[in-house]
Amino acid sequence: MNKEKTASAFLAVMVLAFVCSVLVTGAAVGLRPRQEANRTLDQKKNILRAAGLYQGKEGTGKGGDVDTLFQQVETKIIRLADGSFVPPEELDPATFHQLRSTLDNTTSRKLSKEEDKAGLGRQEKFSMVYLVNKGGQLDKVILPIRGKGLWSTMYGYVALAADLSTISGITFYEHGETPGLGGDIANPDWQAGWQGKQLYAPDNPEGLEGQPVLEIVKGHGTGPYQVDGVSGATLTMNGVNNLMQFWFGEHGFGPFLQRYKGFLEK
Amino acid sequence: MPETKKELLLNPFFQRNPIALLVLGICSALAVTGSMDTALVMSICLTLVVAFSSLIISLIRHQIPNTVRIGMQITVIATLVILVDQILKAFFYDLAKQLSVYVGLIITNCIVMGRAEGFAMSHAPLKSFIDGLGNGLGYAFILMTVSFCRELLGSGTVFGYEVLPLVNNEGWYASNGLMVLPAGAFFLIALIIWALRTIYPDQQEKE
Repeated sequence: MNKEKTASAFLAVMVLAFVCSVLVTGAAVGLRPRQEANRTLDQKKNILRAAGLYQGKEGTGKGGDVDTLFQQVETKIIRLADGSFVPPEELDPATFHQLRSTLDNTTSRKLSKEEDKAGLGRQEKFSMVYLVNKGGQLDKVILPIRGKGLWSTMYGYVALAADLSTISGITFYEHGETPGLGGDIANPDWQAGWQGKQLYAPDNPEGLEGQPVLEIVKGHGTGPYQVDGVSGATLTMNGVNNLMQFWFGEHGFGPFLQRYKGFLEK
Repeated sequence: MPETKKELLLNPFFQRNPIALLVLGICSALAVTGSMDTALVMSICLTLVVAFSSLIISLIRHQIPNTVRIGMQITVIATLVILVDQILKAFFYDLAKQLSVYVGLIITNCIVMGRAEGFAMSHAPLKSFIDGLGNGLGYAFILMTVSFCRELLGSGTVFGYEVLPLVNNEGWYASNGLMVLPAGAFFLIALIIWALRTIYPDQQEKE
């Protein structure tokens, strides 16, 4: 058979395409459970890192067993609109998938242009929160955040101290910003600059329900309400500012923080 | 002039280096050489892909019709790259996260395609495999040299271990910002090319 004939060229291409697609599908399906497990582990690691409970450097695997460390974290689901806890019978934290829930009309809503500071398009009605207790007292609250940067949606966690205004840590675990510039949001040195900063001003008449006053400034930030910006990454920094404004304002965790603060003071 | 198997393996290091002589695969050589561990993983991935794509393409070279050969080569290469990417994500998640898009970009790395079209299509499987391996290692050699210089001069570390204590951490070494940026690799690769072409004058292009 002459291999240069159109029919045999077709045949050769079809056979090769079939063999290759079987290989690719096999690998994708066969390895998916491991990849999912890795992704969950990475998320847990970032929650712990935001809370300052995991010190290991990226990629070294040192810093302790993530699953054991994660046992001190209590996972709960809240209703974002009023900040109340949702009982596990209604939504189980073990099976709830927060990002997937933004695709469903019953668990999410479309944001209007004025509301949508973080560029999300849709927002979930329920969110995970992670509580760390020490000696029967609340030690830290870790909240998931996300928003548009320059190129990509940036995903991260913010850990707040027990006063629900002091930032005790921040991490970004997934983003597609320019490496070396905006990509520095994943840099532990830059993230360390957030520690001890205040989200809300105490003399703010609206209290915790008001907008956060914390912002990233160009160059060096001074005082408890300013964080150093990364030079050359203005648009990414704007994105981080916007997502902080959104998630710690009235449509984000504002109602939850206010309600929970009232509960803690009792 | 037919080359022996040993020459096929070793020539791509200095005499016929894919980066230094052919100036292929520059894109990834700039992008992943900021730190040595990403460069090492990239080198291993690319070497595996070049070696096995050359082997497979050489095995099926008599079945590949001339009219669609480039498409079929790319299909084989892309399949291998996806497999490597999936395996990295499953077993070396942290590294896969650091390499991000660059593993996928091996598909478009000119070295892989160049060896497939230029060598594997006209040579026996074993020879093609060795040729692919040699070229992968030649690429790895440049990548490791460049990343060693960049990491040492740019961040004062080798494989993440501190060698030159930085001024920022109360050491004495003021880091070279140029080496941190991808552009720094241009200078280093140019220096390597200069050195190689001085040692092997037949590599110099005629004016």
